[in-house]
Amino acid sequence: MDLAKIKLGVVELIKKAEIELPDDVVAALKKAYDSEEGLAKIQLKNILDNIAVAKKTCRPLCQDTGVQTFFINAGVDFPNIGYLKTVITDAVRIATEKVPLRPNTVDPFTKFNHADNVGDYIPAITWDFVDGSDVFITAIPKGAGSENMSKLVMLSPGVGLEGVKDFVLNEVVNAGGNPCPPTVIGVGIGGGADLAMKLGKTALLRPVGVRHHDKKIADFEKEMIKKINDTGIGPMGIGGKTTVLDVHVEKAPRHPASLPVGLVVQCWADRRATMIIHKDGSWEVK
Amino acid sequence: MAEYNLNIPLKKSDVEKLRVGDVIFVSGYVFTARDAAHKMMLEKDASKIPFDPSIMGLYHCGPLMKKSGDGWEVVSAGPTTSERMDMFEDSFIGKFAVNLIIGKGSMGDRTKKALQKYICVYTLYTGGAGALAADKIQEVKNVYWLKELGMAEAVWIFEVKNFGPLVVAIDSHGKSIYDQVKNKIKRG
Repeated sequence: MDLAKIKLGVVELIKKAEIELPDDVVAALKKAYDSEEGLAKIQLKNILDNIAVAKKTCRPLCQDTGVQTFFINAGVDFPNIGYLKTVITDAVRIATEKVPLRPNTVDPFTKFNHADNVGDYIPAITWDFVDGSDVFITAIPKGAGSENMSKLVMLSPGVGLEGVKDFVLNEVVNAGGNPCPPTVIGVGIGGGADLAMKLGKTALLRPVGVRHHDKKIADFEKEMIKKINDTGIGPMGIGGKTTVLDVHVEKAPRHPASLPVGLVVQCWADRRATMIIHKDGSWEVK
Repeated sequence: MAEYNLNIPLKKSDVEKLRVGDVIFVSGYVFTARDAAHKMMLEKDASKIPFDPSIMGLYHCGPLMKKSGDGWEVVSAGPTTSERMDMFEDSFIGKFAVNLIIGKGSMGDRTKKALQKYICVYTLYTGGAGALAADKIQEVKNVYWLKELGMAEAVWIFEVKNFGPLVVAIDSHGKSIYDQVKNKIKRG
């Protein structure tokens, strides 16, 4: 298996995620543009023009190219799983030069900015294992404007789901224009503190407009979309009908005494791209 | 809601006529400054600043730049979240006589008061529209403190043409579009 070729594939994956938004996100933004007027429409026009310019000129949509974040579903029969972490890390270094990416990894203690977007635990990789021999890597580079609005809360179970709704709504209202709305909101409910946040981020992998397969959760999502859009915060926080493009919820069982909620905010530039690597080393980026 | 094309530096009368919700396009020089640059410039003696901030717009931006020959090319350069600069901005406007700020998100009451006191305006450029913004930057004139602060935090001087549309989000009369939105919010 040619690992150098796979490495180039991962560079392509990062490039695609940084430059081109998924069709579902673009469709949702176009729909929002059609429904807005005045200053809100100006914001969405800039957003749509920006998407076109980035694609045409092959430049990152946003100067904040984010922290490189990957979710991997590795087929257990894929022959070279052990090398993938090194391959991805090297690819991030190459992409930093080639795409290019802004140097976005600062050591909290020394303030040293690793010029190559790599450091302890970074790129952030979440592993899962699936049947078969294909590996699926999804890149979701995450910018700080939206990530700074993400939050964990450990609610008292007594507040119930209504308490979860209040928390999410309050946080979105308080965030205002900071996370570059219209946003996509990921909510993880249950598990422990770490799992709730992880579920919130995993929820962002689902395409915009796709509801949870569990009807109860789908209804919760629909209710939150309406509630948040009814606030009128609007694109960039200056008023309008579209504050969120979507709300995605994932849940895990909770401890009887806990109700953790992980809120992960994603900006309108809901960057996402997926690569499939086959066991012979061939790959495609979608 | 009025629309204007303005040259930087904005005249005092330009700033005074701008009202929340107006849309402007600006041409001239802007300098980028995020939190680290604000802090550094505030700590320095004004005479030690190697450029004249008072004749430029202040752009809250940490651009993505690429070396090109002897110079630099702007790859993507949209606004960064302005709220992080709120803690510095009143002193900054006072010290450097800036009268045009370009950013995104919102700024707090301290800045709002300073905009009124010093006759300055805070405008919004669409967050995330970095590729589009880069297209409107004509030239990279200079960069300061690149080594100390790094690419995103350094102060870059750009020449811009018809940069916008910028929405007047907080004017020099104490009005903020964010207050207006907040006051209208319906919660469930």
